[in-house]
Amino acid sequence: MYSQALNTKETAADTSPEATRFQARIDAEDRIEPNDWMPEAYRRTLIRQISQHAHSEIVGMLPEGNWITRAPSLRRKAALLAKVQDEGGHGLYLYAAAETLGVAREELTDQLLSGRAKYSSIFNYPTLTWADIGTIGWLVDGAAIMNQIPLCRCSFGPYARAMVRICREESFHQRQGYEIVMTLCQGTPEQKAMAQDALNRWWWPCLMMFGPPDGASEHSDTSMRWKIKRFSNDGLRQKFVDATVPQGRYLGLTFPDPDLRFDDESGHWRFGPIDWDEFRRVLAGDGPCNRERLEARRKAHDDGAWVREAALAYAAKQRIAA
Amino acid sequence: MNTPLWEVFIRARNGLAHRHVGSVHAADPTMALQAARDVYTRRGEGLSVWVVPSNAIVASDPADRDMLFEPTGSKIYRHPTFYEIPEDVGHM
Repeated sequence: MYSQALNTKETAADTSPEATRFQARIDAEDRIEPNDWMPEAYRRTLIRQISQHAHSEIVGMLPEGNWITRAPSLRRKAALLAKVQDEGGHGLYLYAAAETLGVAREELTDQLLSGRAKYSSIFNYPTLTWADIGTIGWLVDGAAIMNQIPLCRCSFGPYARAMVRICREESFHQRQGYEIVMTLCQGTPEQKAMAQDALNRWWWPCLMMFGPPDGASEHSDTSMRWKIKRFSNDGLRQKFVDATVPQGRYLGLTFPDPDLRFDDESGHWRFGPIDWDEFRRVLAGDGPCNRERLEARRKAHDDGAWVREAALAYAAKQRIAA
Repeated sequence: MNTPLWEVFIRARNGLAHRHVGSVHAADPTMALQAARDVYTRRGEGLSVWVVPSNAIVASDPADRDMLFEPTGSKIYRHPTFYEIPEDVGHM
């Protein structure tokens, strides 16, 4: 569903001939493939970013999975189930892409379950009502698409290819979400109030999904130079706001930001200050659902241990018999 | 023990070759096929799936690229456009 801009810190510039050739390939828009020479920092940055992205997909299944059994109709239930299945699939494409860099999936899973790895802060917020499911599709997946489309041109081949598949599938997610919100907005006053409440709670966390403001982001430069990242956090955030505000106004919803106004001169929607303390708190583990999310992942992993062991034991037995 | 890795190849339509799409983890060939089907064909992407143990693939080293492939670059006489045929002869 989404990757957050949490790359590695800048390391001293590598001036070896290999590094120079590597940068020349990047500058020429050549794609880097797993067995090619690459700077260690490039490898580490990608492993971290791709695995965080994968973890976000997997953890992202939880807030929505919460509503599968309570979806209001069979049509909604089938769509939500398919969407959550997609998130699982996206996580697996991404783990596979990370593995081409020489890290085992088991190691990445371990990093998530032990709390050493980060995932997108947005999934640490609860899904309190059915309107949250629509709002997540519309806003969270909408923000994810803004972030992910440039990643389809990332310099690392396997990541770019995984992102092409993901983006193709993601557009259904956003449309199904908007349709849910639209249905609520056209319903009873109570239903519309439910949609408004969900927008009020999700709007600011969605703006935080793009990561810290450009001035405070210490790692953007290297990622830009390596063409892992192609647009700044603030640029993508503005693009998202410009695209989303008219969609909300069409539904007769208001945004929880008294400073939100259209700037005729620049043609952009200007928004108020973002509470970055909240962002840092949630990312550091102090969000409403951090504990619950990791506990759910650990339980699923532990409960499935016997299945993994039995499958491997069966495969070993078949090999002996053959 | 880590679950083995498999490379997945899918034939999108009859008449096309199987094409590499990604990889999956699975304990045995049957489960690898099922996982590949679930992960890579949720929207009618294929009519046929192959899974191959990743460690069964032998790959060329990128460092050998010039040695392996560069020599063909100078053999332009392998291409039809190298040969001049008068226009009067017509399409050939």
